[in-house]
Amino acid sequence: MADLSVKIGDLQLKNPVMTASGTFGFGEEFADFIDLNRLAGIVVKGLTPKLREGNPYPRMAETASGMLNTVGLQNRGVDYFINHIYPRIKDLDTHIIVNVNGSTVEEYIEVTKKINKLANVPAMELNISCPNVKEGGMAFGVSCPSAMAVTKAVREVYDRTLIVKLSPNVTAIDDIAIAVEEAGADAVSLVNTFLGMAIDAEKQKPILSTITGGLSGPAIKPIALRMVWQVSQAVEIPVIGMGGIMDATDAIEFILAGASAIQVGTANFIDPQVSVKIIEGIDEYLEQHDIDSIAELVGALNID
Amino acid sequence: MKKVSDCTVNQIIWLNENNFLLELIAPDSLPDIRPGNFAELRIDDSRDVFLRRPFTILETDKTNNTIRFFIKIIGAGTRKLGTLSEGDQVNMIFPLGNSFSIPVKGPVLIVGGGSGIAPFILLAKELQNQGIPITFLFGGRTHQEILLIDQYKAFGEVFITTEDGSAGEKGVVTQHSVFNKIANYNMIYACGPEPMMKAIGNIAHHHNKSCEVSLENMMACGFGACLCCIVETKSGNQRVCTEGPVFNINDLTWQI
Ligand SMILES: Cc1cc2nc3c(=O)[nH]c(=O)nc-3n(C[C@H](O)[C@H](O)[C@H](O)COP(=O)(O)OP(=O)(O)OC[C@H]3O[C@@H](n4cnc5c(N)ncnc54)[C@H](O)[C@@H]3O)c2cc1C
Ligand SMILES: Cc1cc2nc3c(=O)[nH]c(=O)nc-3n(C[C@H](O)[C@H](O)[C@H](O)COP(=O)(O)O)c2cc1C
Ligand code: FES
Repeated sequence: MADLSVKIGDLQLKNPVMTASGTFGFGEEFADFIDLNRLAGIVVKGLTPKLREGNPYPRMAETASGMLNTVGLQNRGVDYFINHIYPRIKDLDTHIIVNVNGSTVEEYIEVTKKINKLANVPAMELNISCPNVKEGGMAFGVSCPSAMAVTKAVREVYDRTLIVKLSPNVTAIDDIAIAVEEAGADAVSLVNTFLGMAIDAEKQKPILSTITGGLSGPAIKPIALRMVWQVSQAVEIPVIGMGGIMDATDAIEFILAGASAIQVGTANFIDPQVSVKIIEGIDEYLEQHDIDSIAELVGALNID
Repeated sequence: MKKVSDCTVNQIIWLNENNFLLELIAPDSLPDIRPGNFAELRIDDSRDVFLRRPFTILETDKTNNTIRFFIKIIGAGTRKLGTLSEGDQVNMIFPLGNSFSIPVKGPVLIVGGGSGIAPFILLAKELQNQGIPITFLFGGRTHQEILLIDQYKAFGEVFITTEDGSAGEKGVVTQHSVFNKIANYNMIYACGPEPMMKAIGNIAHHHNKSCEVSLENMMACGFGACLCCIVETKSGNQRVCTEGPVFNINDLTWQI
């Protein structure tokens, strides 16, 4: 068996496959389908300081090879997570990574400080890229100064591995990546969903309650791949790639483009066992290509 | 426990040009399946049908591990399912969702509108086992939409309404004369288009009857992971796929 382990900041991952925030619940929803301990990490649903009911129904529209969502960060708040969910998942043999959200810098800090105290949460993913909330969210991720400011503020109160999740809804994602790297991020993850919309022509109405929503799934893969490539050229810190990964070949493509690890999102809805299948597929690929360690493959794209 | 299984198509039985029964054979013994539970079927090789499609479990047979679905063709996914033939594979996640509650005593009234007839065979079996008398009321636009009646007759009295009067009483379900005797019933179950379920909920509410409805919200995953399928309840947004699809109308925030 090849060496699948990778390192992201201080985080030692047993393989490069994590599950993406908002697509894997708190892991428990998948416990009947797979052995959660096989995963390198689970990025749990985005948390905010207080309970959020999220956006009204309808929240989903299927599109060509993808879907739009406008969940709007529905969650029961960070304290509920700490008191009720964390105790149930903390002893899994996989890394629990918390996706942190806020409408203001103060809110991000409030959640971060609480997460910083959890012994079994070795990393957080700072979400500055949610397209489905009115205040904060993506607003922080679309300009270099605001991305830098929130990353810096969180860095000051967070001791462990800080991953910043980037929005693809920008002109130059590499500039944003450089800004958060300078502000002290240990890694960047990308991409979050692309702002999109769907219309019911018969009813002459938008399908989503909020008119626009975030596009995910294979439809976005070529753009996500390009962005991972661009960002990995621009920064020194590790890049975690995602966007439309459906199988091990997709994952390998992101790794070749420069991702040290990947996250599986929407694919979990279609095949709840896909994350484990991707780990197995990556292992097979390495064996077939006589590669001893996944690290050799990171950014190994041959462009001669 | 939920399972992901590669099932085999055993047969497709056409009821008319738009509605059919799909019978699948599971690869191993069936888990416990409750009335109201549903399954998510994967429809392969189609760019238009990216996500799975949810369908209520109509019937099960533990002796040969078969599961039946009642399917109405409304778009690309359901059309594709209708083109399957014996021996084809269908990947299925099941059983999903909660189930109807069974009252201590009857009789009960079951109301199905349009294609909202699938949850009630398993429910009727369970009620019959408990010795609870059942009255059914099914409504559709025309007699073409009144399906599976013979099966339901085995469990109780069946009333019908059609909007064009081509079968049963003419009108919509809520106008049916059975509601003149609403006081006789201890519990009401409903499934169908949302305006119809709200109208039934309204009647139940005003007669102080317990009423459960089975919702069919749009779903991305079907097993609790995406939070796309939510319905507003008195205790906040809940997932129709997990806390539902069956809800007591008193728990919903419907204006009735
Ligand atoms: C829990 C549950 C149980 C169900 N049980 C059954 C069943 O037993 N038998 C059955 O025939 N159908 C059932 N349905 C509905 C079934 O899932 C849809 O008809 C199917 O997904 C449509 O797929 P399609 O690709 O053919 O149509 P699509 O092309 O996806 O849809 C065609 C049109 O219908 C709309 N639409 C699709 N699904 C829904 C929905 N759930 N609510 C509102 N509008 C919708 C779409 O927006 C689109 O405009 C159930 C749904 C749920 C959530
Ligand atoms: C239903 C849904 C909910 C999501 N919720 C979150 C979230 O809470 N926080 C976040 O950072 N990303 C969220 N995302 C974005 C995903 O984590 C991921 O970045 C995106 O879907 C692209 O990957 P994919 O194409 O593999 O799904 C969500 C995506 C979906 C589809
Ligand atoms: S459909 Fe995904 S949570 Fe209900």
